[in-house]
Amino acid sequence: METQRENSASNLLGGVWCFLRKCLFFVLSFGPMPNHIAFIMDGNRRYAKSRRVKQGNGHRAGFTALTSVLQYCYEMGVKYVTVYAFSIENFKRQPDEVQSLMDLMKQKIDELLKEESIVNKYRIRINFWGNLSLLSEPVRLAAEKAMASTARNTGPVFSVCVAYTSTNEIMHAVEESCVEKRGRIRKGYNNGYKDESVQADNKDSVISVTDLERHLYTSDCPDPDIVIRTSGETRLSNFLLWQTTFSHLQNPVPLWPEFSFRHLVWAILEYQRIYPYLEQRRTSSKEKN
Amino acid sequence: MQRVQSSKILRFTLGFFWCLLHLPVSIVHLGSYLIKQLLYYMISSGLLQKYQNLQLDKLRYLAIVVESEEAKNTTKIKQLLSWLSSIGVKYVTLYDMEGVLKKSVETDLKSSENPSVADGNAVASVHQERMTVELLSFSDGKGAVAKAASFLCLQYLEGDSVGYNKMEPVFTETDVTNALKAVGHGGPDPDLLLVYGPARCHLGFPAWRIRYTEIVHMGSLRSMKYGAVVKAIYDFSKKHQNYENMPQFVYEHF
Repeated sequence: METQRENSASNLLGGVWCFLRKCLFFVLSFGPMPNHIAFIMDGNRRYAKSRRVKQGNGHRAGFTALTSVLQYCYEMGVKYVTVYAFSIENFKRQPDEVQSLMDLMKQKIDELLKEESIVNKYRIRINFWGNLSLLSEPVRLAAEKAMASTARNTGPVFSVCVAYTSTNEIMHAVEESCVEKRGRIRKGYNNGYKDESVQADNKDSVISVTDLERHLYTSDCPDPDIVIRTSGETRLSNFLLWQTTFSHLQNPVPLWPEFSFRHLVWAILEYQRIYPYLEQRRTSSKEKN
Repeated sequence: MQRVQSSKILRFTLGFFWCLLHLPVSIVHLGSYLIKQLLYYMISSGLLQKYQNLQLDKLRYLAIVVESEEAKNTTKIKQLLSWLSSIGVKYVTLYDMEGVLKKSVETDLKSSENPSVADGNAVASVHQERMTVELLSFSDGKGAVAKAASFLCLQYLEGDSVGYNKMEPVFTETDVTNALKAVGHGGPDPDLLLVYGPARCHLGFPAWRIRYTEIVHMGSLRSMKYGAVVKAIYDFSKKHQNYENMPQFVYEHF
């Protein structure tokens, strides 16, 4: 009887909180809203250290923060959310930490694909960007399964950068562009003509910027409007360096597990303040090209 | 008529609440601005001892991104360069999207004393007293990577003219770095990047070089302060002193 009453009370509170959130988002949307937000989820380990708990619990707290932030972003109408989960550099950490992170990732991917998860609620399409061949077999298979089963979803897009660095992504795009070029040349030879762009005077334009952008992992995704790195760090750490030409780089002080609703609202307000400037730069740059 | 009026009232009310929501942000910005101005004044007038002797051993390469409209103010740019030179910075990369700096600063520096221009394809390096200044624009970013990619692609295709038995191209990041050097766009990775403009935004600075660069927003060029530059360099050197003897992947947390 007691627990029933407690449950209905907490449901009511939850409902009121949800309603208040929606009102706040409605007011926020009077101004420009970002279409794509990227997060560098920094600070899990420092969080665990400050709470004197095991490192694994820091990462778990980080995952809880992630699901809340995703929920708020999709409620606000942000269509694309990208997170930096694991860098290629992070493989150099202690093997047991890497292993526990891999196990946590697999567990969370499986959870996300369950019926009652946020993925099905919002019809989220999941992407995994990075050099997936560097991942251990079970994680890679789980990631590929998640991508395949959500590929036809038409809702918001959630992209996870794992075994990723921006320089690796660019290098991969160079390789793919070469393969594409080789294919075009072969086709040309089969049709009896030589590919003109391999002439000496055109050697700089064998591969163009557009060719490279077509082969980046982010090719079907707009550039991020905001990149948020928690813990107050000022580096981008090899994350989306190509795609962040006009992104507002923010570095709030709270650690990632502490990043909550009010921090997200503050980030949007900061973005809205400089939106006119960034939009003007973006438009004039497009006109020039 | 009534519907139009009520929707106008709704929009007005919404707008009012939206401004109300932005009020705390504006107050915080104003407060922080005032505190910083005081701090910069104290630094410039030598009141704070710890900012007097800057340790520059960790800061080998400094980069500056300037909003192109503000970059037209050559006096400010020259003043900034002279501040950096007096602080003891040895290598400065100046970047603006539209190449305004390349046109204005290069001609200025060439006509000053001790000019020596090292000519790259798209980069001009001028030695000003004891400081090297590199000038970049947007074409040195994505365009340069495309040129490096073309270079690598040609090398790959060259061996076998038709290439039916060729293996898949396998490049490494070092290959791309070397290709960038070969096409005249190799340059050092800056340790610290100062952004002068309305927003903290790198505006297309060559992506390949800012992997682990600390990016600091300095505000507009028009209102630049010597104390702000000193503080940015001091904070950088303090942070990196703590990282001494620590390999990079250890402090790259998440």
